[in-house]
Amino acid sequence: MTDALAASGLGKQYGHRLALADCTLSIPAGHVVGLVGPNGAGKTTLLHLAVGLLAATSGTIEVLGGRPASGPAQLAKVGFVAQDAPVYAGFSVLDHLRFGKHLNPGWDAALARDRIEALGLDLRQRAGKLSGGERAQLALTLALAKRPELLVLDEPIASLDPLARSEFLRSLAEYTAARQVSVIMSSHLVSDLERICDYLIVLVASRVQVAGPVAELLASHGQGLEDLVLDYMSRPADPAPRPATSPPRRHDP
Amino acid sequence: MMWLTWRQFRAQGIAAAAVLAGLAILLAATGPYVVHLYDINGLATCTGAACQSPSGTFDNELPWFDPVLYLLGIGIMFAIPAVVGVFWGAPLITREIEARTLPLTWNQSVTKTRWLAVKLGLMGLASMATAGLFSLILTWWSSPMDSVLEIPYGHRLSFERLAPVLFDTRSIVPIGYAAFAFALGVTAGMLTRRTVSAMAATLGVFAAVQFAWAEWIRAHLIPPVTTIVPLNLADITQAATRGGFLVVNAVPILSQQGAWVLSGQVIDTAGHPFRAPATPACQTASFSACQASLGQFRLRDLISYEPASRFWEFQWVETGIFLAAALALAGLCVWWLIRRVA
Repeated sequence: MTDALAASGLGKQYGHRLALADCTLSIPAGHVVGLVGPNGAGKTTLLHLAVGLLAATSGTIEVLGGRPASGPAQLAKVGFVAQDAPVYAGFSVLDHLRFGKHLNPGWDAALARDRIEALGLDLRQRAGKLSGGERAQLALTLALAKRPELLVLDEPIASLDPLARSEFLRSLAEYTAARQVSVIMSSHLVSDLERICDYLIVLVASRVQVAGPVAELLASHGQGLEDLVLDYMSRPADPAPRPATSPPRRHDP
Repeated sequence: MMWLTWRQFRAQGIAAAAVLAGLAILLAATGPYVVHLYDINGLATCTGAACQSPSGTFDNELPWFDPVLYLLGIGIMFAIPAVVGVFWGAPLITREIEARTLPLTWNQSVTKTRWLAVKLGLMGLASMATAGLFSLILTWWSSPMDSVLEIPYGHRLSFERLAPVLFDTRSIVPIGYAAFAFALGVTAGMLTRRTVSAMAATLGVFAAVQFAWAEWIRAHLIPPVTTIVPLNLADITQAATRGGFLVVNAVPILSQQGAWVLSGQVIDTAGHPFRAPATPACQTASFSACQASLGQFRLRDLISYEPASRFWEFQWVETGIFLAAALALAGLCVWWLIRRVA
């Protein structure tokens, strides 16, 4: 079976600033993967490399066996919700569904309609007037209704209130339980990931500290997920050399 | 992609169509009377000096608002390519960057290259169609007045269709300008990534290109014709004495209707640039006496000009050049998108 994501020596550098270094990963398909790390660890960079919004400066990355964003077929296989779940503020909810239908040959109109209905969103409402939670749900609906094999979510719930956050995770879990779909979701909140993830990647200071199935990690460490992640985050950085000129990144690009 | 392009363009497209429709109604209501005045005064059939008197009658009979509309039309035709570049071209990409919607749009099942190609193509065509339609109705409406303005009589200032201002605002060149301004706007947006900077850059560069083009480049597209005509003493504007020699300058005047006169050089009977010891009248007496004293030299004017018959040739060549420049900029945008922006 093809890996959902396979990276080898993957790196991304902005000038002298290192955003991601020597990342080698092999995530089997079918998992719900949590990508955790402090702000500025390179989570967004890794996800943007995976969906083809960024080009790597070193190494290779393959997603579902293809080069990210290499063509319409590859794009159709990957659903993506960017940080803060961007939507078109001037478009109505219905416009977004049309947007999805016109730009995706594999669009599942029934799924999209059902989700919007279940969420209780008004089709005529402008997306700019939606609450943060509703906007995130709309963006997730767009990503789901294209029927992706891999769903990439970049801190989709970071800015949501606890109720909206819980709702979002519930509807995501509902969807993944019913279908064969891989998910990679980043967050700096372990508690969110704990609820739905069965695979974990810890990214600290541009480097992968650990990656593996949650069950295995817990078994070999004998502690809770939260403690495990904290443990990895607080370990001294990988001994591999890093350019002295690159300060730790504070903001995702 | 066509749906998305239309959905994002809809409001602006409808606004442009409404302005066009309003103007069309105004011009359709006032235009036929201008044509009527032109016809009843025999301006369509007169030739040469015989046009002088009917053109005066035409001027007098024209309702007051027609010259206002005429100037307004010229203003509109100058504004359209700039507006298209600033409001349709510049924000095409920057708006998406600023609203952070590119990650959404570029992760649908359409590659970003195709996304840009469709947007450039459709919006470019919309820009050209807008400029073309405005130009069509305004060129039609203005044509009687354009023709009257070309009639040289007395020393009244004449405006030629081939000369700057009218040439830039008539027939098909506005289509080329609009395509170029649009592509320039998109390119500026691509490079600056900020709407306001892109708009300012587009306006500045386009205005500079349009001005420089009319002023210094257009006349070289087709080599001008030169001719020698006797110099009318009244056309002499300057007769100075420098180091005991006369320096004479004159307004180049050509009786050929509609010709775009580029330059003139005062020459003597042998065909050399005029140079002679100062006449006594020019050293002491008034300018008019000096002017009169120059008659003895039988001066002539070597005039370089573009004949009116080249109007369409110039229009096609210039439109072609600006369309080619627009295509080159569009190609640069696509290349830049593939190479740099991600």
